[in-house]
Order: sequence, then C-alpha cells, then structure tokens
Amino acid sequence: MEIPFTTLPRRDTGLYNAKLGIWLFLASEVMLFGALFSSYILLRVGAMPGAWPHGILNVPVGTVNTLVLICSSVTVVLGWAALKANDFAKYRKIQLVTIACAGMFVCIKSYEYYDKFTHYEVVMKDGRVIDGHLVAKEGGGGVVDGRRQPPEFIVLHGVEFAAELKAAGMAKVPLIERLEKQSGHHLEHKEFRIPWAETKRVQNYGPWHNTYLAIYFTLTGLHALHVIGGALVIGWIWGPGAAMWKTDPERYTNRVEVSGLFWHFVDLVWIFLFPILYLL
Amino acid sequence: MSSNKAHSSHDHHQKGIKIYILVFLALIVGTIITVLAWKIHLPTIFLTVLVALVIASVKASLVAGWFMHLASEQRMIYAILGFTAFFFLGMMFLTVWAMSDVPKPIFP
Repeated sequence: MEIPFTTLPRRDTGLYNAKLGIWLFLASEVMLFGALFSSYILLRVGAMPGAWPHGILNVPVGTVNTLVLICSSVTVVLGWAALKANDFAKYRKIQLVTIACAGMFVCIKSYEYYDKFTHYEVVMKDGRVIDGHLVAKEGGGGVVDGRRQPPEFIVLHGVEFAAELKAAGMAKVPLIERLEKQSGHHLEHKEFRIPWAETKRVQNYGPWHNTYLAIYFTLTGLHALHVIGGALVIGWIWGPGAAMWKTDPERYTNRVEVSGLFWHFVDLVWIFLFPILYLL
Repeated sequence: MSSNKAHSSHDHHQKGIKIYILVFLALIVGTIITVLAWKIHLPTIFLTVLVALVIASVKASLVAGWFMHLASEQRMIYAILGFTAFFFLGMMFLTVWAMSDVPKPIFP
C-alpha cells in the first residue's frame, strides 16, 4: 500500500504526514523529559541545606560535549539545506560530520560515566573516609556459594578525611575546598592500599551513591539513548537509505528533515541538562 | 521568468544558510557566557540560576525557532505545541504545589 502524503501537504493539516507525526512524537518526548526535569527540581529543592553535591562533574569536558552537540545540530540543518538546493554530494559530506559528532558525544559521555564508576568512597570502621579513583583490586575475588567474594585489598588514589571532619550530610567538594582554605595548600592526593576487612562501606559514584547522581544518570542516560537512536536513524538515512534520493528525492529530503527535527530536540534537551547538572 | 525565479530561490537559500550560521555562532557564544558566568561566582544563588536558565532559554528558542523552523510553521504544529506547553507547565508547577503539602523540616 502506498503511504499517503509523504511529500504533498494534506489539505487539513497543511503538512506532509511525517512532519505531523514527528511533532506529535516530540510533544510526547517533552512530557517524558519534563517529568524527569520536574523530579530534578523537587529533589533539588527538597534537599537539606548544603547537602546537594557540587563539583562532582568535570565542567570543561561537559562544555566540550555541549559544543560538539551544537556543531552536530548546525550540520544537520545545513545538510538538509544542501538537499533542498539539490546538492546531494554536499549533503553527504556535511551529514558525515553530524554522525561523527554524535559518535564523539557518546565517547565523551562514556568517558565521564567510566570516571564515575571507578571513583570510590570508602568508609573505614574507624570512621576515616577515603575518596579516590580505583587503581586496583588485589587478591580475593572468586565465587563462593554463588556469591562474589570481595578482594583482600582495594587500592585507591585520592584523599583521606579524618573522621571528625566528615560532617554529616556535607557535600564533599565544598568540604575539600574548606579544608584546603584552612590549611593553605592542596589536600595531598596519594595512593591508599586499604584492607577490605577494615572497611565499613565501599561504594563507587554510581547512581546509587546519592540522589544527585541518581537523577544525573537517569537524565543523561535517557538523553544518551536518544543520541544513539538519533544517530542510528540519521546514519541509516545517510547510508543504505540514500538509495531513495534517486527514486524520490523530495520524500528523501523530508526524511532528512524529520530526522533533523528529532536531532534538534535532543540538542535542545542538552541545552538545559548542561547548566542544571554541571553548573548549578 | 523561470531563470529569475530560480535566482530568487537561490538568494533565499543563501539567506537561510546565513541565518543557520549566525544561530550556530550565537549558540557557541551562549555556551561560553554560561560557563564564564559560572566561573566568576555570582553573588547569590538566585542570580546564578537566573543567568544560567535565561541563557539556556534563549539558546533553546534559537534552536526551536530557526533550526526547527518554528518561527514560520503551520498552525497545526503551533496547536500541538500549545497543548504540550500547557501540560508541561502544569507538570513543572506540580512540584511547587506539592510543597504546600510537605511538613516544615524541624532542625534541632
């Protein structure tokens, strides 16, 4: 069966069908992300004074990723404009940049996730807290009775807080800044080889670590899935799907426009995610 | 006549590309200003949040208005987005309304 109104506008809507479709879809996407933004605001406003963590994320890396996404957004629309001007070769070149930017965004985001999953906070039985990046886990391991055994030692590169300085509910980065101000020099980062038996709690900076990281991973994870999905669609249209340019160029151009609309939406979400998660 | 028409559509096309490039540059500048404003530590939290969200809203409007062509779209799309905006704002204010339901925290 022939799909109606792939290029011609329907008289009652004034749009070709795919465009109406993508806007309805984007409307539902606004509600999806809106619910999560709303949750973020509730968690943030409801947090105890001083308990909301700051400075967990790397701002320069986040800024670079923002710029990468902006670049991809302009190349998407320029690619579509090239098709409108009947310049297929130019579209192929420009849209390749979009796909490359999408890949770069996902790589940078993965690096940021990796950094969080290898960042540990260890609370010792004597009350000391050691915070740093994982160097190695030594000894132990293996599976006994279906349960994975802990290592004998966990080696971290980071800083140590004395028990009395670990104020309850105090966010770590302001605490480090305060300590550094008091002492007048940077806290010493060094390697700690911690016997597992002396630890009370060992936890990495995954979504389970605190409320902020929970909403951070939820929001950016969902966004990253959108980036991956959008890149796959744009990539398919750019590659195997491009055969349509020869048979039905107008419909092909519309496909590029519709995928572009989705891509701009993904960029738009990031425009808000970057300041609220990295800066505020 | 027909070559004239082709010429005007070419001009139109060039103008469109120029606008896309300008929007792109504005987005880059907006991002840099956001980060700089964060770096200089504005005096109050309210001001920090305000500056960041105002810039983000301007950037979002640029993307929606020109990259997504919302500045000149069909009425049907505006109608869809009107409903979306209504429910979206409702959802945002749910958190504010919910606040009246939360008991005041008691700190020793």
